[in-house]
Amino acid sequence: MFGFILDFERPIVELEKKIEELKMLADAEHFEVKDEIQRLNKKAEHLRENIYSRLTRWQRVQLARHPDRPYTLDYIKYLITDFIELHGDRLFRDDPSIIAGIGKFRDRSIVIVGQQKGRTTKERIRRNYGMPHPEGYRKALRIMKTGAKFGIPIVTIVDTPGAYPGIGAEERGQAEAIARNIKEISTLPVPILTIIIGEGGSGGALAIAIADRILIMENAIYSVISPEGCASILWRDAAKSPQAAEALKLTSKDLLELGVIDGIIAEPPGGAHRDKEGAAALIAEEIDKFLNETEDYNTDKLIRERLDKFYRMGVFSSNG
Amino acid sequence: MKWFKRRKKLQPPEERKTVPDGLWQKCKGCGEILYRKELERNDFVCNNCGYHFRIGSREYIRILLDDGKLIEQDTDISAADPLRFDGYLKKIKEIKEKTGLNEAVATGEGKIGGFEVEFAAMDFSFVGGSMGSVVGEKVKRAILRAIEKEIPLIIVSTSGGARMQEGILSLMQMAKTGSALAELEKARIPYISILLDPTMAGVMASFSSIGDIIISEPGALLGFAGPRVIEQTIKQKLPEGFQRAPFFLEHGFVDTVVERKELKNTVTKILRFFLKKNGKM
Ligand SMILES: [Zn+2]
Repeated sequence: MFGFILDFERPIVELEKKIEELKMLADAEHFEVKDEIQRLNKKAEHLRENIYSRLTRWQRVQLARHPDRPYTLDYIKYLITDFIELHGDRLFRDDPSIIAGIGKFRDRSIVIVGQQKGRTTKERIRRNYGMPHPEGYRKALRIMKTGAKFGIPIVTIVDTPGAYPGIGAEERGQAEAIARNIKEISTLPVPILTIIIGEGGSGGALAIAIADRILIMENAIYSVISPEGCASILWRDAAKSPQAAEALKLTSKDLLELGVIDGIIAEPPGGAHRDKEGAAALIAEEIDKFLNETEDYNTDKLIRERLDKFYRMGVFSSNG
Repeated sequence: MKWFKRRKKLQPPEERKTVPDGLWQKCKGCGEILYRKELERNDFVCNNCGYHFRIGSREYIRILLDDGKLIEQDTDISAADPLRFDGYLKKIKEIKEKTGLNEAVATGEGKIGGFEVEFAAMDFSFVGGSMGSVVGEKVKRAILRAIEKEIPLIIVSTSGGARMQEGILSLMQMAKTGSALAELEKARIPYISILLDPTMAGVMASFSSIGDIIISEPGALLGFAGPRVIEQTIKQKLPEGFQRAPFFLEHGFVDTVVERKELKNTVTKILRFFLKKNGKM
């Protein structure tokens, strides 16, 4: 039940443990402690509200990276039936950092693409901590185009520290792969929904985040550079990451204010990692809503509006 | 996305000016002491070893466009500070004064070999050629004007990547420019991308690496991640010549490497190829 615990989560987790213990004791001894449990539950609720409404941006970063947070494959398990994973870019290899596949969401066909971090050490290494190589992005585009060819909507799930910076990645054109995805996805003739579930790490996230609707989980982040990277450039000191996180404005609320996302998906109390199934249910509602609203889409209008949305992004002054 | 990383062994800080000044200039390629006037006449390429010095957007306007003339557009838009990022506007103001440029890209219309083109040239001396909202907007508008006027698009790129001080909005400029290129493609307008030293990260991963024809200057550093970031990640030294133009050519991500003095000639030939008859596409 309680896996990895962040510092600021501890008071809540401890209170919840106490409630659990009390419940068990009550059951065993046929004790009447309803009032006490009710009181503690209320206290826990207040504590959660208090702590979570005051989280710093750096604490949100930690939540977004929480090792118990649901990953792409968790959501696929909860939400998609008849899922078949499709592998490979048909050019070089299959990149396990990106999951791509087809399946049904409540009887509708959908294509699903998302980065996958690993849960165990072994899996983390196999999935390269969710940092794709060019072949991952090329696979993603290939499967998305399959969806587009048959008029099937696409859902992409973003959760990556970034595109992998390595020798092979450069040799095989990491920049070209990302650029091509952005360009091609921007005019795919089917509705596309992007959900940022954890870390939206720069170009490596953007390469699968070109969509008609971009939603972000309450405790997820989306940024041009990691706070660590920003801190080491600005102050040559990665220990100043908390300040960098503040400066970068990378939380869901910031992103909504800056106009780069279309909405925030609330998370279960304490965060998605405390209730994976609950988080999945909240996401399901958003997918359902999107598919309903885009059911009778007009292709030209869909693409035009998608392009115009990105054309509008940015802030500058116009008086010279 | 690294907007600019200082690469100590490649580019000592004191030599980071866009255009070398002083009466004499030591060549970084061969160490020869060069007479500046002579160097200038040679478009800042070493006569002895062919080393290409970094030069700015104004120099490329002069080298590539007929009569060195650009009818510049969108000079009235400039950086805002949407994130209220500490010191950002002050830095922009200082760089504007120091360089006389108003942003990291100049865009507008000009002619090359008599052909009308929509032209954009980036400048590394302006916050490392980084792409923020202004660069993204100007490049997008240039792309859309090329479509509107049905004339070829030429972009001369040099950049460390996205502009960190504009945060996520900088990242969105990749989406903005990349999407505009999709429209350009649909309109069948030719796009020639010219890569200078260095072209990296967010700019390379949006509009620079997707051209109908991609040309690089010799010796340019090209890629996604900066060499230092890669070295830190893989914990080993990178091989000699890694991410340089010949490496990029060898791995198939650039069509041709062209020396600066041949650049205009090559672009003109390409334009002549695209504009089959009577200057029409
Ligand atoms: Zn020389």
